[in-house]
Amino acid sequence: MAEVRFTLNGAPVAVATAPTRRLSEVLREDCGLTGTKVGCDAGDCGACTVLIDGAAHCACLTPAARVRGSDVQTVEAEDPVLDRLRAAFLRHGAAQCGICTPGMLMAARALLAERAAPGRPEVEEALGGVLCRCTGYQKIIAAVLDAGAGGGREAPDQVRGGVGERTLRLDGGPKVAGSDRFGADIWQRGGLLLKAVRSPFPHAAFAFGDLAAWLAARPGAAHVFTAADIPGRNAFGVIPAFADQPALAEGTARFRGEAVALVAFEDDGSDPDLSEFPIHWTERTALTDPVVAIKGALIHGARPGNQLTQGYVRRGDAGAALAASAHVVEGHVETAFVEHAYIEPEAGAAWMDGDILVIRACTQAPYMDRDDTAAILGLPPDRVRIIPSAVGGGFGSKLDISVQPLLGLVTLKTGRPSRMIYSRTESMVSTTKRHPASISARLGCDAQGRITALDFDGIFNTGAYSSWGPTVANRVPVHATGPYRTPHVRARARAIHTNGPVSGAFRGFGVPQAAVMQETLYDRLAEKAGIDRLEFRLRNALCDGDLSATGQVMEATGIHACLTALRPHWTRALADAAAAPDGQTRRGVGLASCWYGCGNTSLPNPSTIRIGLTPEGRLVLHQGATDIGQGSNTVITQIAAEALGLPVGKFTLVGPDTALSPDAGKTSASRQTYVTGRAAEAAARTLRALILRLGNWGDDARLSLDGPLLGSASGSIDLSRLPSDARGYVLSAEETYDPPTTALDDNGQGRPYAVYGYGAQMVELTVDTGLGRVKLLKITAAHDVGRAINPTLVEGQIEGGIAQGIGMALMEDYIPGRTENLHDYLIPTTGDVPPIESLIVEVAHPEGPFGAKGLGEHVLIPTAPAILNAIRHATGALPSRLPVLPHRLLAAMKGEDA
Amino acid sequence: MAGEAAYERPESLTGALQLLARGGWTPLAGGTDLYPATGGRSLGGNILDLSAIEDLSGIISGRDGLRIGAGTTWAEIATARLPPALAALQEAAREVGGRQIQNAGTIGGNLCNASPAADGVPPLLALEAEVELASQAGVRRLALGDFITGPRRTARASGELLVAVQIPRPALMGRSHFLKLGARKYLVISIASVAVRLLEREGRIALARIAVGSCAPVARRLPAVEAALEGAALAGAAGQVRASDVAAALSPIDDVRATAAYRLEAATELVRRTVGALAGGPHG
Repeated sequence: MAEVRFTLNGAPVAVATAPTRRLSEVLREDCGLTGTKVGCDAGDCGACTVLIDGAAHCACLTPAARVRGSDVQTVEAEDPVLDRLRAAFLRHGAAQCGICTPGMLMAARALLAERAAPGRPEVEEALGGVLCRCTGYQKIIAAVLDAGAGGGREAPDQVRGGVGERTLRLDGGPKVAGSDRFGADIWQRGGLLLKAVRSPFPHAAFAFGDLAAWLAARPGAAHVFTAADIPGRNAFGVIPAFADQPALAEGTARFRGEAVALVAFEDDGSDPDLSEFPIHWTERTALTDPVVAIKGALIHGARPGNQLTQGYVRRGDAGAALAASAHVVEGHVETAFVEHAYIEPEAGAAWMDGDILVIRACTQAPYMDRDDTAAILGLPPDRVRIIPSAVGGGFGSKLDISVQPLLGLVTLKTGRPSRMIYSRTESMVSTTKRHPASISARLGCDAQGRITALDFDGIFNTGAYSSWGPTVANRVPVHATGPYRTPHVRARARAIHTNGPVSGAFRGFGVPQAAVMQETLYDRLAEKAGIDRLEFRLRNALCDGDLSATGQVMEATGIHACLTALRPHWTRALADAAAAPDGQTRRGVGLASCWYGCGNTSLPNPSTIRIGLTPEGRLVLHQGATDIGQGSNTVITQIAAEALGLPVGKFTLVGPDTALSPDAGKTSASRQTYVTGRAAEAAARTLRALILRLGNWGDDARLSLDGPLLGSASGSIDLSRLPSDARGYVLSAEETYDPPTTALDDNGQGRPYAVYGYGAQMVELTVDTGLGRVKLLKITAAHDVGRAINPTLVEGQIEGGIAQGIGMALMEDYIPGRTENLHDYLIPTTGDVPPIESLIVEVAHPEGPFGAKGLGEHVLIPTAPAILNAIRHATGALPSRLPVLPHRLLAAMKGEDA
Repeated sequence: MAGEAAYERPESLTGALQLLARGGWTPLAGGTDLYPATGGRSLGGNILDLSAIEDLSGIISGRDGLRIGAGTTWAEIATARLPPALAALQEAAREVGGRQIQNAGTIGGNLCNASPAADGVPPLLALEAEVELASQAGVRRLALGDFITGPRRTARASGELLVAVQIPRPALMGRSHFLKLGARKYLVISIASVAVRLLEREGRIALARIAVGSCAPVARRLPAVEAALEGAALAGAAGQVRASDVAAALSPIDDVRATAAYRLEAATELVRRTVGALAGGPHG
């Protein structure tokens, strides 16, 4: 141990620490400054960026002893330039989940010290060492430019905050102050620190040696737990009928990274040591290719052909219609495992509150966590309380439980508080991925360019356990046609088990992979038919009253409007491409559309919202829609404010804590704005009706709330004189909304979703034909959101989804054992996302709150196929395998598709 | 256990070498490679922190040439005023990770880590750099090509420290350029990287030094390409770069970033472009 004295945010501090302890650890654990985030412990993500004597450093790579005598500044620092940056970040919507925000702010602070008013290239370069997975960087870059130019000083003006306003993120203040508390940021001292023992093999049998002897030989290790210690059902899964994943494996590990044992160490600051853990592995043959797995040994005995499920949609006679078509194209695509790569690895803490097991962790689905964790632990659900932390990105993977049952097991068994923080690699190896897809399809049209039929067959590698595999298999055939009239359809998607990582939910549930196939076929078919690619899509775009492939009558259909909004940009971009010199660098333009059904596929999907008024005049919104950065805290409040008739500033939010707020469902399937928003609108209208009745005021009364006095032009109600209910509310309303859907029959016919959202994106790029490198120039994105509740948040979703689409198209390839960190697994940096122009289209849907539709997933779907179509436009080559790494593109240009 | 490990941060080279002579120490420079390699909260083993040794940092011009202290950071190299021959090294310095890594990572650490993809190595090979190794027994100099003996392997003995990189005076002549190819813009391990230094005389290339990274177990000079360029007219020199001459010096592998065949093709293309950029105009 060494005593290290340094200046921290202007004040002298002294810490006693191991000299080479990471500075990030010292700041977080010893100094209590958890604003410095740890995303990788390897210098790959920059989340832990701090200033040491004014220079940006990764605190995770800095030995504590080295800051002796130095001046260290963290995101918590009081500093006028940092304040200007914070205000600009808020105003621009530059913080979404907020986990990268401290690193971004500090990197920007260092830049502004060097150069007071930097330009965009300098900002991109200075922030190039900090990864963000939510924003697509555009708003961050704009905020830094703005702060550099002197903007951002004024206090942000929080307006009425009704529907359609650019209300500043209501939970944004703590995110830019570094005081938001994520999964790793709150724990009880003196507890246990958990580490999992994980399988190094994709498939292996295992047996434990002498666990007691190993434990006894390690003073810091307090307990070892295995599957034998699990009191309840050792099988979880987001879809109960398919629950098959053990919290701790029993005798066989089915994928690399699967947890097989759990060790609880005394949480005293020492390094947990799992060396020589007594386990004997017998490696078994691993199935990695789903095509092989169909005929291979069964991974789960009850699933013949290793098939988890199959989704199927049939309408008309696709085979006959294709045979009779004037033009037919066919193709094949292969996509990779894609890692969610949120900057916050899974983390949480647990403790007992009397009889109640409390688990605070990052999640997208608190009630599902509660029920699955309770089942594993053999507890009734009401003995488990889930408190969601701030969530540092989710994108689908944090719908599945991770640390929750492990924390619960230890705290329940020992009675002691516990915490668990996944390392970056642990997060990558053990949590879900986007399904790799292998898709073949044929698409036909008549001589006038009207689509006749689609025949689509996809195999989705669903990995070792079920997770959201059934959802992907069911969603894909429904969406396989894209938002186009397709009279004859045969679409099949099979989810096949392998010994790969568990494939689950990832922004779009398989639809982005399907769109790569379908939208690239559209370009080729348009060319065959001799029709402009945008006009070809417009000609076939679904309109109100058309039938979808599932036989659903479409309404509030926005694709036509999106494509129309793009048309002038398309014309301009084609002209620019045609005018570009035809040298080694070739310019191309591509286009792709999307549609996406909001909420569960043909399954109940309710959200409940409660709003109450206390005698003191506190207006409490039980906002149960977990905000993982997408903005539901703000959007749901805006909807409630508009419907109730009081400004957003009057609301106090109570989050999705299972002990405090009713179930607003999971944050997935682009459902929160639509489904929970609709419940919020209903609850607010009910409360308003109660108020109007009580005051005997007219429907158009303008409400005010001043302390306990609830007023209108015609009088006031003194809330303090009203009786309170058991929850302490004098007036309250609770409403539930469940989208009207129907089941799909054997041919996939029915009404799987009540509301669809639409979009179309145009990509302009150049291809360096000597190296196969793609440079994106601009992306123009038109999205029909029904009603933009908050245009800034809409743009944030569009930009962030596009960035993930860029990654999927050009660089992201998760390979177990090879790319299990953020320097081998590449996600886009500031320099990889081009300027994005958002065109917000509003075709109001009668089911949506104020007409709003979902957006979160739609925004990713068109990006990859639009990039591929632009590459083909530039070079004539269409690589069939994602990601389009430089060597693959060069090979495709030579006709050797790798 | 890491908690029992020793840590020393000597202020003099003599002190460091004394400690090192006793054996069992891992030298710590910028930390940008050692920390990612541990899953722990602190580094394991006995750590000899070199960051307080004044003699190891800074760039000094002397009679023999330019001496770059091993502890000089990439940020210091990127912003130093250096002759045009070192432009490639400065360009590489701006491509080593992000700013945070450039502020911590050192040239000596980069060389001792001996990654086949180290950005700093091709420019230094093109500068015919030598490394200075010190031990209690004395000081020795090795050509950089002899120092890095394989992936993650160097000729540094356990009692030695790499104290400086020496650029011989003649190698400070000419102009240089660096190009790096990766699948994304920042923070990327290169698929291939190229450094070229040319000395021109009366419109002709009097001397060419060319090195390629990420295309062999260690970064390699391209002697056949250098020979083909020397004496050639500067204008159009890129046309003298033959793929077979590039391939002769390289032995790339297939990995997650690219195929071996692609690497060879890309290396040739990058060499042509780098030469072309120095010659002026597309491909000179």
